[in-house]
Amino acid sequence: MTTALDDYREVSPKGTVDFLYRLSDLVKGRSVAHVSAVRYGGGAAELLRRLVPMMTALGVETRWEVIAGTQEFFTVVKRLTDALQGRDEKITEDMYQTFREINERNAKALNLEADMVMIHDHQPAGMVEYRTRGTWLWRCHLDLSQPQRRAWTFLRRYALKYDAAIFSLSGFAQRLPIPKFLVYPSIDPLSPKNREMNRSEINQIVDRLGIPRTKPVILQVAKFERFKDPLGAILAYRIVKKHHDCRLVLAGSGVMHDTEGEAVLAEAREAAARDPDIHLVQLPPEADLEINALQRTATIVLQKSLKEGFGVTVSEAMWKGKPVVGGNAEGIAAQIIDEVTGYVVHSAEGAGFRLRHLLNNPGLITRMGAVGREHVRRNFLITRQLSDFLTLLKIMSPQ
Amino acid sequence: MTQQAHHKISDSTFTFIGCSEVQEILGQQAEDEKELAELVEEVPLDSIHFHTHSYFLRHRFIERAYPNDFAQWVVMQVGDHVLGERLAVVDPFDYPNLEDLREEIISIIDDHLSRMSVIPRVVFGEPFHCKRSRILEVPIGLEVRSLAEFRQAVADVDVSAIYFHMFEAHFRLGREESDFSAWIRSGLGLHELADCIRSINPYLGSLERLRSSLITACDEFLAKA
Repeated sequence: MTTALDDYREVSPKGTVDFLYRLSDLVKGRSVAHVSAVRYGGGAAELLRRLVPMMTALGVETRWEVIAGTQEFFTVVKRLTDALQGRDEKITEDMYQTFREINERNAKALNLEADMVMIHDHQPAGMVEYRTRGTWLWRCHLDLSQPQRRAWTFLRRYALKYDAAIFSLSGFAQRLPIPKFLVYPSIDPLSPKNREMNRSEINQIVDRLGIPRTKPVILQVAKFERFKDPLGAILAYRIVKKHHDCRLVLAGSGVMHDTEGEAVLAEAREAAARDPDIHLVQLPPEADLEINALQRTATIVLQKSLKEGFGVTVSEAMWKGKPVVGGNAEGIAAQIIDEVTGYVVHSAEGAGFRLRHLLNNPGLITRMGAVGREHVRRNFLITRQLSDFLTLLKIMSPQ
Repeated sequence: MTQQAHHKISDSTFTFIGCSEVQEILGQQAEDEKELAELVEEVPLDSIHFHTHSYFLRHRFIERAYPNDFAQWVVMQVGDHVLGERLAVVDPFDYPNLEDLREEIISIIDDHLSRMSVIPRVVFGEPFHCKRSRILEVPIGLEVRSLAEFRQAVADVDVSAIYFHMFEAHFRLGREESDFSAWIRSGLGLHELADCIRSINPYLGSLERLRSSLITACDEFLAKA
């Protein structure tokens, strides 16, 4: 379903939509080509599904091209993803050659004629070798703060050929002699994951997930990964549980075919020790409505990650008026205003302490939640990201 | 001051300009207070402007505890409340240009460090990342010719226009006073109100509070008529 820009008048800050129309007047008639590796799922694809129709409606001729690759190519780029995010992966010269060949093939097959070409992430990054016209921007959604050296050396050669790079946080960027811009990710307030829901719809979904609505709920929505620290979340819950009768819900995508996920889920089950108030929920793929309902049911949202990409679930929770207690991972700390919209904590004990403090002060939960929603309205809605992209289009491809 | 003055239609219109900001990462960072002083010394003035002024553009609604990025980082990431408090009371309104403001910040950090036996640094927090703004002026199609129209426009306009005319025009583009007070003085000939608006310190709150102060100044002036 396409959402018209005017539908955002009700949810974005006063004057935003009119401002976007004026801003778009400066770039009307220009062309933009977005290129990504996949059309479905989260990350870049989730953003482009919403952003491309909005830019088109504003008079910017916007296309979204998706690269085609072999099974071997996608195995290589998965390894490259992990290596760029610091994991120890072995990538052979043959694998790099596969990357080059698929990028060349796509560069010749896709229509990349545009005033601005925005390449999302590393999978299609090699296509810059074949650029013909326009400004080329590399939009990196990954955390490149501590990449495996060889993987980054390989990708850096391509990065240098762009006119600029865009990162989600300053700390995610590597040193590059081209302009580097900061564009925070955003949430779409009208998408199934964030749209308003009525009480009966929420209750129906939460009941289906098997979560009773009889006690305050502390919720963490995160994959079952070590970096998300589900064991830390359970420890924090146990500290709170001594004083407050509450529930902990750890909800993440399913772990089938995911060795680490299976192991972490098993550890979490063991740590939960059959406590009936700890719920480990494996969500189906694209469980947008389930996440929406869980976040709206939560009393407090916890994001006890040790390391995080941007962690847009923090903004999703604040949009639903929930205070967030989050680990001191860079993306989380960038979204929470400490002691105003929630708390940034450095340990499981710190999380327990802050959760307990909030449950002791229900008025504070309401106040922080309300301020958090306004904070998201002004800083983390898709309308702000649309403004960023239109501004970049004007600044980087002057006519 | 006369009744006529308040309803005067100016020969010159005031055209509201909004602005859009994208943040550019400069790639330099500091992990302790000495490195911060060195950064402040060497970064372009645009970056000093970014960390002391466009802070307001980014935090339009919520007033953070500290009114500039330097103080915010020193307290929240390094945990040095003394330096944070000293930097927090630096009022850019007191300095005629960004170079003087830069010198004051360096001088405060140097003075603080001269009294310390160790240099406070980030242990668990994040480094200070230097950035600067790329500001795009956006005509928003709103023109006024009288004080009443001006007052209404200030109440309704996108808050980025308040930022542009009060901060950007005056401090980065080097205009002698804010665009608002300049037009009220030269366009409407209302010197008393122009002086009143010129005396509003824009650093004491959020942009929304600044909008309220401007409206209040106009309303009080109109009421006196």
